Amino acid sequence: MSILLYLLYTCCALLIPGVISITKAKLSGRKGPGLWQPIYDILRLLRKGSVYSTTTSYLFQYAPLVNFAAALLALAFVPLGDIPGLMHFQGDFVFFAYLLGLGKFLLILNAMDTGSGFEGMGANREALYSMLVEPAFFIVMGSMALLSGHNSFVDIFSQFQDTSQYAILLGFLGAYILGQIAMVENSRLPVDDPRTHLELTMVHEVMVLDNSGFDFGIIMITNSLKFGIYAGLLANLMVPIWLPLGFRLGFALLISVLFGVMVGLLESFRARNKMARNPQFILTLSAVSLLFFFTVMIIANRI
Amino acid sequence: MTNQSILLGSMLLSPLLFLLRGQLRYWAAMLLHLVVIVASSSAAISVFQGQAWAIDTGIYLLGEPIRLELDALSAFFVLVINLTMLTGAWYSGGYLKPYESSKSAIELSFHRFTYLWLHLAMIVVVMVPQGTPFLFAWELMTLTAFILVAFEWEKPESVHAALNYLVQMHVGFVFILIGLFLIQYQGGGSFSFSGLAKTHMPVQAFLLLLIGFAFKAGFMPLHTWLPHAHPAAPSHVSGVMSGVIIKMGIYGILRCVIYLPKEHWMTMGATILIVSIISGVMGVIYAIMQHDVKKLLAYHSIENIGIIGIGIGLGMMGYALGHPVLATLAFAGGILHILNHSLFKSLLFYSAGSVYQQTHTRYVEKLGGLIKKMPYTAFLFLLGALAICGLPPFNGFISEFLIYYGSFSHIGAGDMNEALILLACILSLALIGGLAIFCFTKVFSIVFLGSSRSSATTGAQEVSMSMLLPQGLIGLVILAIGLVPGFFVHYIEQVAGLYLPDASLPHAYLDTLRYVGIASGIFILLLVILILLRSIQQRRVEVAYGPTWGCGYTGADPALHQYTATSYADNFVQLAEPILGVETHYTPFAETEIFPETHHFERHQHDPMEANLVEKPGNALLYYLQKSAVFQSGKLQHYLWYGLLFLIVVGAMSYLKLL
Repeated sequence: MSILLYLLYTCCALLIPGVISITKAKLSGRKGPGLWQPIYDILRLLRKGSVYSTTTSYLFQYAPLVNFAAALLALAFVPLGDIPGLMHFQGDFVFFAYLLGLGKFLLILNAMDTGSGFEGMGANREALYSMLVEPAFFIVMGSMALLSGHNSFVDIFSQFQDTSQYAILLGFLGAYILGQIAMVENSRLPVDDPRTHLELTMVHEVMVLDNSGFDFGIIMITNSLKFGIYAGLLANLMVPIWLPLGFRLGFALLISVLFGVMVGLLESFRARNKMARNPQFILTLSAVSLLFFFTVMIIANRI
Repeated sequence: MTNQSILLGSMLLSPLLFLLRGQLRYWAAMLLHLVVIVASSSAAISVFQGQAWAIDTGIYLLGEPIRLELDALSAFFVLVINLTMLTGAWYSGGYLKPYESSKSAIELSFHRFTYLWLHLAMIVVVMVPQGTPFLFAWELMTLTAFILVAFEWEKPESVHAALNYLVQMHVGFVFILIGLFLIQYQGGGSFSFSGLAKTHMPVQAFLLLLIGFAFKAGFMPLHTWLPHAHPAAPSHVSGVMSGVIIKMGIYGILRCVIYLPKEHWMTMGATILIVSIISGVMGVIYAIMQHDVKKLLAYHSIENIGIIGIGIGLGMMGYALGHPVLATLAFAGGILHILNHSLFKSLLFYSAGSVYQQTHTRYVEKLGGLIKKMPYTAFLFLLGALAICGLPPFNGFISEFLIYYGSFSHIGAGDMNEALILLACILSLALIGGLAIFCFTKVFSIVFLGSSRSSATTGAQEVSMSMLLPQGLIGLVILAIGLVPGFFVHYIEQVAGLYLPDASLPHAYLDTLRYVGIASGIFILLLVILILLRSIQQRRVEVAYGPTWGCGYTGADPALHQYTATSYADNFVQLAEPILGVETHYTPFAETEIFPETHHFERHQHDPMEANLVEKPGNALLYYLQKSAVFQSGKLQHYLWYGLLFLIVVGAMSYLKLL
């Protein structure tokens, strides 16, 4: 069952970039590429040769793999309600968060290894944003642990909906926060616009300017996997636990697609934040998650 | 008895170091260290196997027989000290080679001699239960460390840092002394820490001892000696200093907590927790601002002392709140972090020292691209950096995970206040982790990645095996703790058992640790498979090399157009400016300046705590002391007058029966 879930999330992950690009194409009146185009791109990249900058070192060649391995393993922790992920233990979400942190650490070094000022900018912004967004995730998980009395993904997500009649509302609020965290972590709008092609204003895209061929393909897969991971977490918060199994899996798939559509909508109709405003925006997320924490305390009769 | 005679023998043989030269001296020193290590570690291991270990040395100090005793806490510290001192001595063999020509033989012998005595002093510090010999050993430790820091005494900043250290340590010493006197004369019965259990002023005595030990440990705001002493000392001494000497302060605090009556654990735990959270978060924030790689690492020591303190404080509060499992996990996390920090911080100092040896600069803005010239050193530094950021699959993650795990498991178990305390711990750990990643991506990238920024790196080459091997050994232990945490936590539980009536973790918790280890193992396996797959793919395709993408501009100078440490820290500085004490000086562009002229930009960071708590009162004191110097007029007539005045005053006072 867990294997099936892992495959489902992997499929969702690979679908999301396609869904986003279709949405954006339709909204801007273009025909757009097919749903599978991002996957074709990745497959093509994986077969290609690479060009390495002479400034780079051995680290540049292996850093994307560490990031990829971290994302692959992190996805294995995501459950669906009471269906555990491939791996689960108490406190697994701490491991999960730090694993993604490890991937990010190496990706930043990957960018800095090129000795390019542009990539330095991107890496620096990425480091700052992921540092600022980290507390929000931990506050949300702490609130969920408080509400459910458990401390692993699967226990929390299988229990929290039964804790009170308001739980599903809390789930949606939590999903909002996690969705925003996902936007920051994946460097999408409103923090970063992947469409901009001015190096000075990019975050994630500029970090991987010098990666090519296989490594770049790996980075593309990792990006989709991260979408899959967060879509999976959103599904956990929103899918009612009492639905029959098949429906729940379908619902999870639907949520992934909707997540992609939402990202597409957002990117079509919203402008990117001013770069200097981003820290404030991200800190607001921590503030909202603190509100989430206090709401949980009220519902759980701690206040 | 044999252990004791071996220790004594090595003490008596230590002056022989002055007679030896060159490599022979190094090997003799190593041999003496090994003798001390074998003798003390065997005793420590026997304690962990459940045997009591105590001996009467038969030596009397101020009429009191010195007794050596080992409990689990002392035994743990003995092992930590031995490992770090061993790697430090091993590493110093290569590190001190360039000094063979610039330093006289006697200086080098003296250095090895004091290093050995520092080792012995620290072992005695954790072994003696009574106050008097403890203070003697403590003082010996401070003095030997002072000499070691002042190794490069021809440099004024080294002497200044060493004196700063010496003065601050003695201020701390006075606090410990007063604390012990308070215990003795307020019902404690003896001049020792165990009197804390009986005295009727335990809180006051504990606070005095806490302040005294906090000087050594470097808790904020008593940390100000640390960022000066660590860069000034030779790198193996910095590693040892950060790895174990500051941990002696933690040892003192842990020793006192054992005897502190349990009813005070709530308030004292809260005190330690608050100070630790401030140390942890502020330590890493200041670290980001540093451009001297060893100063940066020194601020990270403060951060890690904070994490250790969070574990101890949370453990005490957890017990007081009636959550034994939370207390065990927090204590275990804090205590394991002592070992962890001694490992990765010494590793970082050693590899930073290797860079210093090759480039003769600690200023990161002059470095760059060293990963190609020193690939192993870069790898080891990266290992230490990942471990200190608390990332899996390394050891730092395990100790932080234990604290997280306890907090998340109990966040719903109590009332609002408990939830808020635990949330504060979780948040500060998350914040520290994020900031540490920011800081270490900065320092690693600037020092090792990109292209060289100055001529300092021109002659750099990989350091010798005798310097790499001890670092490799530390790296292996770092990985081992990350992969089999259960094995280490099993022994840590015994140490935690001194604080809690039942410190054995329930099986479910130990299973979790095993799963963490397994998950880390799977991660490494996955990575190895991916690397193999990639190497197969790379063999089948064409690989080309070219310059870094420069946005179409090919005339860029790689040394000038890459990110610097200042620019990397800049966006953080803009956020955290109010608490940083940053000073920026630059010449702005004039409106009429059509052709750009040479402009200057400099940014300094002053530690606001140092400025307000050390420099200001120090300067005020100096001001009044200088005023009082009017009496020192240098005229003989005045001094005769002083004598006469004294006699008159004494005479008058005895006449009025005041004396």
